[in-house]
Amino acid sequence: MAVAATRERPVPGRSLGSFSWDRFTPFVLIAPSIVLIAVFVYVFIGYTAFISTTKWYGIAPDYTPAGLSQYIDLFGLPRFQADVSNTVEFTILFLIACIVLGFGAAVLLDQRVRGTILFQNVYLFPLAISFVVTGTVWRWIFNPNFGINLLLDEVHLGFLKSPWLADTRTALYGLVIAAAWQMSGFCMAMFLAGLRAIPEELREAARVDGASEGRIFLRVILPLMRPITLSAIIILGHISLKIFDLVYVMTSGGPGFATDMPSLYMWVAVFRQNLYGRGAAIAMVLLLMVALLIVPYLIWSLRQEVER
Amino acid sequence: MSSKWTRREFVKTTGTAAGALVLGGAFAEFLAACAGSTTTTTGGGNLEIFSWWTAGGEADGLAEMFKIYTQKYPSVKIVNAAVAGGAGSNAKAVLATRMQGGKPPDSFQVHAGQELISTWVKADKMEPITSIWKSEGWDSVIPQDLKTIVSKGSDVWSVPVNVHRGNALWVNLAKAGSAITPGTGNNLDNFLSALGKAKTAGIQAPLALGSKGNWQVTMLLENNIVAVGGADFYRGLFNGKSSWTDNNVKQALTYIKSMLNYVNADHPTIDWDQAAGRVQAGTSVGTIMGDWAKGYFTANNWKPDTDFTGIASPGTEKTYMIVCDTFGLPKGAPDRDNAINWIKVCGSEAGQAAFNPKKGSIPARTDVPASIFDSIAQRFIGEFKTDSLTPSIAHGSAAPEAFASGVNDEMGQFVQKKDVNASTANLAKLADQFLK
Amino acid sequence: MSAAQVMGRRPFKPSRVITYALLLVVAVFYLLPIYVIAVTAFKSFVEVSHTTPWQLPSAPSLAAFGDALTTLAPSFVNSVLLVVPATLLSALLGSLNGYVLSKWRFRGADLVFTLLLFGMFIPYQSILLPLVLVLQKFQLYGGIPGLILTHVVYGIPITTLIFRNYYAAVPTEVIEAARIDGASVLGIYRHVLLPISMPGFVVVLIWQFTSIWNEFLFAVTLTLPDQWPITVALNGLAGSLLAHYEIQMAGALLTALPPLVIYIVLGRYFIRGLLAGALKG
Repeated sequence: MAVAATRERPVPGRSLGSFSWDRFTPFVLIAPSIVLIAVFVYVFIGYTAFISTTKWYGIAPDYTPAGLSQYIDLFGLPRFQADVSNTVEFTILFLIACIVLGFGAAVLLDQRVRGTILFQNVYLFPLAISFVVTGTVWRWIFNPNFGINLLLDEVHLGFLKSPWLADTRTALYGLVIAAAWQMSGFCMAMFLAGLRAIPEELREAARVDGASEGRIFLRVILPLMRPITLSAIIILGHISLKIFDLVYVMTSGGPGFATDMPSLYMWVAVFRQNLYGRGAAIAMVLLLMVALLIVPYLIWSLRQEVER
Repeated sequence: MSSKWTRREFVKTTGTAAGALVLGGAFAEFLAACAGSTTTTTGGGNLEIFSWWTAGGEADGLAEMFKIYTQKYPSVKIVNAAVAGGAGSNAKAVLATRMQGGKPPDSFQVHAGQELISTWVKADKMEPITSIWKSEGWDSVIPQDLKTIVSKGSDVWSVPVNVHRGNALWVNLAKAGSAITPGTGNNLDNFLSALGKAKTAGIQAPLALGSKGNWQVTMLLENNIVAVGGADFYRGLFNGKSSWTDNNVKQALTYIKSMLNYVNADHPTIDWDQAAGRVQAGTSVGTIMGDWAKGYFTANNWKPDTDFTGIASPGTEKTYMIVCDTFGLPKGAPDRDNAINWIKVCGSEAGQAAFNPKKGSIPARTDVPASIFDSIAQRFIGEFKTDSLTPSIAHGSAAPEAFASGVNDEMGQFVQKKDVNASTANLAKLADQFLK
Repeated sequence: MSAAQVMGRRPFKPSRVITYALLLVVAVFYLLPIYVIAVTAFKSFVEVSHTTPWQLPSAPSLAAFGDALTTLAPSFVNSVLLVVPATLLSALLGSLNGYVLSKWRFRGADLVFTLLLFGMFIPYQSILLPLVLVLQKFQLYGGIPGLILTHVVYGIPITTLIFRNYYAAVPTEVIEAARIDGASVLGIYRHVLLPISMPGFVVVLIWQFTSIWNEFLFAVTLTLPDQWPITVALNGLAGSLLAHYEIQMAGALLTALPPLVIYIVLGRYFIRGLLAGALKG
């Protein structure tokens, strides 16, 4: 695959003057998705936005207008304040961990040593296991008295010990490690697909030109990974913002609010407290955070592609 | 060019064909589902029971009640719609969507009191069962205090099936010796000094606590408030007669703070059952938890009153903090007659006698023979008849869940920050918001 | 240029040792929790304790697996009926969308792409209620077909994303060559892109199969008991009050088998340079 994927207007293939229904095929192909997303996402977002401006508390719908009071109340709550900062910190750490681990593993696997397939499957295995179970297991592993601290002592790595999930300062790191453990395998798969799709001719050509392996890596391979990194960031980002099962089972948001996340709070607000208005406000704040962070990155990245 | 693609095309076509086969199969299902959505057995109809009793003794107890029901109404098909999740977290979500989406089950498990009344009854989704209560004569067998908890005004809204005790202290008899005594010596100060003695004797964390989710600390709070202020003061907190800024509440919190000096450091990462495990292993002497802890010990081959015992939690003798499961009658239940019969079975002596021993709770009816229960349960049954009954916050009886959830959060903070005044103020704020 | 040829010729290099060492360290990290899951699954209820997660079972037993199987087996079929159509459909849609959005730069293509992607971030808890109401309107509430539709719809953003970025690397010369040959829009898809889409499909299939197979929230909310997928049954294994961790772990291992099989089967398709072959033609 050539590097310069410049995109221009499609060249009319037919001779001038002949009309073809085929021009509409792209729109026809994409139309069902647009309609489905319009309804199941944007209409629903509209509904959620509307609910976030009502007083709705209780099972029966209550559309009494409440203006922005749900939002004002929300940002005054210590729990939600902790949520926002937790989710930002978690997302950044989780993204870095997954991409570094995933890309590193992919590079290692791309070395074509014997047993690649076995390692590949081992790295992917965590992805197959349900979040609920991994949450339970990591909860045990990060128990300061009985979990990994015991093992660390045995292998003379005792200085790595930590209170893990029992302390508000370290609990979030435990969550990041567990989540990265689960998801980095998928990152590895994506990067591996990308690495494997680079034609050998490209690398050969560079070698013939006298470039060292290191330079090839930096100048040829890494730039080609950019669209994959974009996909990885978006996929991981959406997992991170919506993460629920893992947190619920591992820590229930504790100790204190140290690992609480907006999606967990939204669940509690809607399904335990019956505070539908507040739950909707949390959802809208989450979406807003996405809009402010991911979307500009997305647009910037798309522009980059055109300029190349 | 065309010959080069032939092999790839072949692979693709077979793949598409295989896909079409599966899709076709799925589509046939789809059409069938659209065509005939209801599946009713002739004559009896269905009975869909919704609960969170999916495993262990709870599932067994439910199965026993199903058996009794089937004996009486053999033509009815029972659908067990149990959804697991700690104390019903998932089940409540599913139930909410079903009720709002217009597909209520025939009956569903719900904690006695506010969990039902301030949620479903307030939203006008339930039918009162006052007439069933009368016709079955439950006034003479179910304590009046309990009936009050499941009623609002003159209407009764659900039938209690079982009663768990929230204010209980469970001890490892080998380790506790005479340090912890029921009777007049059972108060918070003596308890704390007993814990202190155990710690000096070498037990690092004599009081086992599992606080993941924080509701366990809320249980400590409600038990302590009863211990310090009495049952009437406690009940007054929910009808405006007592204030959350009262010194009793501050005292209760201070006692928790003292207790925290004796608990295991990893408590935020473990749950109540693992705390009970510590008691069994001997690394702790006791734990304050509802009487489902007894179920843990017996499932792990411990004998009641031989290896372990349960008494009222410190200072709460003569009070029974009830955690009670009930069943009600939703409006629009698809098989209303079957549902009514289910409610009758739930409140019947046979039903409760079959359910409770397996569940590990005691019956809500006072006429079920106590001999079928273990020794600790027998004591509790006796106390239940005479004790003052108080509704639990942590388990949905005393207050709407919005309040209970907020208290859980605050207790999570309290465990970390140990600020009695701040927490009292926050509790009062929550009370203003949700208890008025 | 096959991998076998390359591998056969490789001499011993210290860098290979380092590679192996690193691969092993990483493998240990991934396997540690799985060890705990497996070890717990073979223990008896009495033996399971959070205080001894690393200990091997003193008397390994398959009892937990048996218990898990009896509960899980009925919903297994439901899950298969759910996952296969949903995965294939959403992969197909994603592929077509990715094709259109990366190769046909009509005005607003990037906007459409961004709007599609944004749909990925919608928190599912917040749209449960309108979703149930919409599904009810179309008689799809309560069964697997409704769940299939839900997963296909909410899978569109991510499958489109993966394919669009995958196809973006295909040079336009190839597309134009096909057009000059007189191929239609769909023809280009069928003859040029589809044959080289395998790595893209691998990634999408792995993701969608896993996500849909393990998904719980929609599964438990949108289906009625007789059509529950396996995740709901797995959840039920845990019990609400007294947790039977050994049964839950055994059940988790059993539930993880189908996705694992998919990974093993699809893993062979990480083949390099399919397009390079096409260019030579």
